[in-house]
Order: sequence, then structure tokens, then C-alpha cells
Amino acid sequence: MLSRTASDLYWMSRYLERAENLARMLDVSYSLSLMPQDGRGDGLHELAMPLLITGTLDDYLERHGELHAERLLHFFALDAANPASIYSCLGSARASAHAVRGRITADMWENINATWLEIRGIAEQGLSRYGMSRFCEWVKERSHLFRGATYGTIMRNDAFRFIRLGTFIERADNTLRLLDARYEMAGDQADTVSDGTAHAYYQWSALLRALSSFEAYTEIYRDAPGARHVAELLLLRADVPRSLRACTEEIDQILASLPGTNGRPAQRLAAEMDARLRYTGINEILEEGLHAWLTEFIPLVRQLGNAIHSSYLEAV
Amino acid sequence: MIRTYFDEMYDAGGQVRPHYREFARWLAETPDELLAQRRREADLLFHRAGITFTLYGDEQGTERLIPFDTIPRSIPASEWRIVERGCIQRVKALNMFLADLYHDQRIIKAGIIPAEQVLANEQYQLAMQGLDLHRDIYSHISGVDLVRDGDGTYYVLEDNLRTPSGVSYMLEDRKMMMRLFPELFAAQRIAPIDHYPNLLLDTLKSSSPLDDPSVVVLTPGRFNSAFFEHAFLAREMGVELVEGADLFVRDDRVFMRTTDGPKPVDVIYRRLDDAFLDPLAFNPDSMLGVPGLLSSYRSGNVVLANAIGTGVADDKSVYPFVTDMIRFYLDEEPILKNVPTWQCRKPDELSHVLAHLPELVVKETQGSGGYGMLVGPAASAAEIETFRARIKAKPHAYIAQPTLSLSTCPTFVENGIAPRHIDLRPFVLSGRETRVVPGGLTRVALREGSLVVNSSQGGGTKDTWVVED
Repeated sequence: MLSRTASDLYWMSRYLERAENLARMLDVSYSLSLMPQDGRGDGLHELAMPLLITGTLDDYLERHGELHAERLLHFFALDAANPASIYSCLGSARASAHAVRGRITADMWENINATWLEIRGIAEQGLSRYGMSRFCEWVKERSHLFRGATYGTIMRNDAFRFIRLGTFIERADNTLRLLDARYEMAGDQADTVSDGTAHAYYQWSALLRALSSFEAYTEIYRDAPGARHVAELLLLRADVPRSLRACTEEIDQILASLPGTNGRPAQRLAAEMDARLRYTGINEILEEGLHAWLTEFIPLVRQLGNAIHSSYLEAV
Repeated sequence: MIRTYFDEMYDAGGQVRPHYREFARWLAETPDELLAQRRREADLLFHRAGITFTLYGDEQGTERLIPFDTIPRSIPASEWRIVERGCIQRVKALNMFLADLYHDQRIIKAGIIPAEQVLANEQYQLAMQGLDLHRDIYSHISGVDLVRDGDGTYYVLEDNLRTPSGVSYMLEDRKMMMRLFPELFAAQRIAPIDHYPNLLLDTLKSSSPLDDPSVVVLTPGRFNSAFFEHAFLAREMGVELVEGADLFVRDDRVFMRTTDGPKPVDVIYRRLDDAFLDPLAFNPDSMLGVPGLLSSYRSGNVVLANAIGTGVADDKSVYPFVTDMIRFYLDEEPILKNVPTWQCRKPDELSHVLAHLPELVVKETQGSGGYGMLVGPAASAAEIETFRARIKAKPHAYIAQPTLSLSTCPTFVENGIAPRHIDLRPFVLSGRETRVVPGGLTRVALREGSLVVNSSQGGGTKDTWVVED
């Protein structure tokens, strides 16, 4: 497959996954911002979280000067001038799909094109008229639909593999960042195994809901969410689809199935990451310190992304 | 000024022409609401499928639909056979002209075309001199633009030998008509056209001396106005759609970059102008091309379709000589007529043109897409004066033709059905043999009275039928 085609397919699904994750992030922060803040600020702090996680807070402050609920939400969700907004991500995903429309099925193309046409309509209406939660739901739903169209229609060839690769790299990065951010927000008590404060409870349950893992959590642990179990679930459980381990397992398998020998650096890196998670227990991670461990792992995912680029997507 | 128009569907007495009778009967029987609903359906389908083009000069790069009209343009098969023979004859002569021009230049020595007309032409490529091409074919894919005057005579308006576009609309329009109105295709014999991508692939493969060459479509990229068509043709042929950056030249051979390492490329169906093909040989600022491509091409390691330097044969200043080319190379009488043309570079013809500007159509010799032309009868006095100054400043850059009346075809407009002017672009494929799929692309000028059918200027398209009579 043409390297550029592979690259467009990869980025198409990365941007779509990113849009979905941004919507998930936004959904949590928005609902938490509506909760009583108990002297922790006015909810704006919470609304600024997604910007902090995505590293766009400085851009926002440069453009708007101060934190302002409606502007924050617009900047993050629908601002065409913000390259990291959900709107821009869907635009980039659609542009990549456009470039390779001959390589994806008509169902996939029409789905992603319709998503793009619809978000332009939503942007015209404005977020307050459309409804915040409804918007987040809509983004998730469009992403589910596209994935469904993909799984249901495309041939199982390299195109399919690069599409999935983009999804899991993006998702792994997102899960790590979200966990890190919530860990910081939950505060000092997070060190204890299961802290009983209401604040921490809402932080963790919101994170689990954002990652559609609340049901899995209760089924496995039958306990109020706390740092240890949440971290174990989201980092090490291979059976939870948005966990880090589930992502690295997929990535490892996909890379191993790609033809040719030029992908060895990426294949090795993915196998190492997967093995590391497979043979690590949550105690070891907590001993090192969750934040320290995450801070070490996030660059590894980026490194893997770079290796995929130089091995396949920019290959000479 | 009173003009008579040739209408494709009705004769001068207002009677439906025989090859439209079946359609007219169907149209009369079909309720208006149903037709309106089907038209909306067509718009929706085109939009969802993203069958769009991008307009140059539009800051937002908005993708637009080309308006599609559901009333077909129909041609009786007996009439089509003449048009087909005429197009093939013309393209054969043009290919022979190009081969001659880049080799012995017999036509210049015979005094039929003045040397300065071609050798000083910007489109004449010195790099092509003496280069032998497989089968001596330069223009593998040609579009011949035809119009019909008041009495129904077909005239060739121009030849397109560089990167003629529009064939995807021809195919999509047919698909749409068959989807919306299958009953029409059951009621009469309409020549099929969907095998065009097969013929195209066969033509491209036969352009290479190799048995099973690797073919790619080269596009300037997703922001090009015809990107949809490039992607469409690559998909239909099952070949890679590449951009310049996907290709590279090593040891004078062209390769594409794939996830599995470099793969050789033998035939490039390029939808990129000569000037952008190779930054080492042509425009050094071009980011679209492939450095070293020309050298590989000159070594015979890769085929470009169309060849470099075909633009010299479809230049409007060379157009007046095409009928002579047919006589010179084929020793045949031209089947299709040329529109009478005044060449402004000749002083006596220039003064005639300047004296009759309000009646004439003036074109830039190297313009295309309906940009940079004056339609005298439709222009304001100020526009005419602006053009007069431009012609006087650079007479050799302009030609003028009488304003043809252009045939009309009934078309859905805001208030029902009304006649609108149309043209026809059959696509001629030259390989082992020279072939045309029946019909071509019919473009329609949707504004009342307008003679400009280009999509960039508000034109639409119609399905084109060749009907057995």
C-alpha cells in the first residue's frame, strides 16, 4: 500500500478517535462543573481541565484572556480557528478520508462526510442552542457509527490494519492523559487505597463513565471507585476496550501482521510495551508512584507513533 | 438580433423528434411531483457521495455540486456514428501532427503551418524533440468539444489534448439516471457507457511496451478542482492514486513509496500540467511533481499519458489548421467542421475582429475553462472596450469566432421546463486502437440565454444517450 494512503487512513482514524475522546473529556468536565464545588472554585477550573489535558489552555488564554464558561466550551468544541477543537479534528478526519476515498468503502465515506456536513450545521446553530450533553453524545455516536461501518464493510487488508492502528495509538495516549489528570484532581487522598471522600468518588466515577468503563469496574471490583482499582482497570486489564493494555495488545498484533521488514523498530517497541504491561502488577506501579509511572509511559506511546511514521508512513 | 436555435428534442414545427418520442411519452405520463421528488433525491445522493468540484478563487475552497439535469440529451445512433468517426479521425490526425512536429516537421516544410505558429508556441516542448513514443501516441485521452449551430450541423469548438476532465460526471450521470428512472432504460436501447474505465485501463496498459505494466493515476492533490474524478478513475480501474510526493526517481526509474518498500511504476496517467511534472526540468517552484521524472521519461523507462508537449496541438492558435492536418496526414476530407476562426495575429483579420467585437466570441489562445473569454452579444459596452484594449496590446494571444447559436435541450429550470444551450464532449481513447464510448459529457448553460457551459461558470450536466433508431 502507498505510504501516503496508509498515512491518510491512519490519521483519519486517529483524528476521529481524538474527536471522540475530546467529547468524552468534555462530557465529564461539563457534568462535574455543574456539581457543588465545595469551595474548590466556581466550576471554571473544572471546565478548563480538557484544555489543560490537551495542552491548549495557553492558546485559549492568549485569544480570550480569561476563563469564561461559554467561550471555553466553544473554543474546545466548535472553534474552527482552534486546530485542536472537536470541529477541527472532524474536519481533518474528513479531509484525510477525502484523500483516500477510493480506498475506503462508500458506506465509510458517506458516513464521515455526513458527520462533517452535520457539525457544520451545529456550528452554525451554536453550542448553547444545540445543547452541550447532546453534542457530546452526538460526537460519540458518529464515531461509533463510523467504526461500525468500517468493521461491517471494509476488506481485511492493510487499509483496515492502518485504520485500527490509528485508533489504538490515539486511544492509548488519551487513556494515559485522562488518568493522569484525574489523579491530580482527586488530590492527596488518592494515595490511599480506597478513599471515601465524595469529591474523589465523583472524580473517579466521572473518569470511568467518560471511558465507558463504569460497568466493567463495578462488575470486577464491586466497590466504590478508588485510585488503585481504577488505575489497574485502565492500565492493565486487557478485557477493557479502552484500557492501555487492550490498546497495546491490538497494536502489537496489528504491527506483527503487516508485511515487509522495514517495520521492525516499531514492531519491537510495541512488543516491548505490551510485554511490560502484561508482566506488571498494580503494586509495582503504585510503588513507583502513579504520576511518575504515567509520565514515563506517555512519551513511549509518542515514540511508538514516531516509529510507525518512519517505518511505514514516510517510508522511502 | 434574432437567432434560430436547433433544439435537440423538438423540430422547427414543434414536433418531438423521433429519437425523443419514447422519452416525451414518459415525461407526459409522469406526474410533476414524482419528477420533483426524484430531482431532490438526485441532489441528495450526489451531495452525500461527495461528487463535487472545487472552484478556483473561492477563498473557502467550498466544494460544490455540479447541477445535474434529469432530462437527457439524446442522439440517434445513425447520427452518432458520424460524430464518432469524425472524432476518431480528428484525434488520429492530431496524434500524427504531434509525432511529426517533434520529429521531421513535414507539415511545416510543406508550408501548411507556419513554423513560428508552433515552434515559438509556449506549449511546444523542446524536451520532446526526437523522442520516440510507443505506438507514436501523444494524446492517449482526448476530449473533443462539439457544438451544433442553428441548422444542427456539428462543429468542433476545441480539442482537449492535455488533461481533459469530466468523464466521471458522464459516468455518474448515467448511474444516477438508471437509479432514478430505470423504466426509461427498459423501454428503449440506450448504448451503455460504464465500461469506460476498462477501456481507459486497457488504453493505458497498451501505451507501454511491457506486458503487464504497473499503472498509476497522478493527481495534484485533494485541493484540485477535479480531485473527485482522479480518485474515481483510480478506484474504478483498481490502480493507485498517487501524488507527486508518493513517487521518486532512482537510477532513472520511477518508484512509488509503499508501506512494503519501493514499487516500480511503468505508466503514469497524469492529471497534472506539463509545467508541474518535474521541478528539475520545468517550474522549479512546483511541489506537485517528481524530481527526475523527465529524465526517466526521456530514457523510455516510464510512460506519461498524455505525453508532454501535447498542448501545442490543442492551442487555439493551432486550431484553425486541424482540418488541413486531416487532409495532409490522412488524405481524407474532415468529417467534422471547424468553426470559422479569425486569427488576431494577422493584421487584416485583427481589424475585422476589432470592427465586429459585439458579434464575436473572443478567446485567449491559451485560455481554458471559460476564463478569459468575451462573448460579444452578451457583453456590456465597457467589457467590450476592456477586451479591445487587451487584444490590441497582445494580438497574437487572441482568436475570434462568430457567435454560434448552440443547440438547446429542454432542461428543468425554476419555473418548469425551458430550453437551455448545450455542448458535447466525447472522450477519445488512443491505444492499440482508437475508441470512443457512445455519447460523452453534455454540459448545459443553466442561465437563460447563456452560452457558457463550463462548470466554473454555472454550467450543469446531463446524461447523454445514444439511442438505436
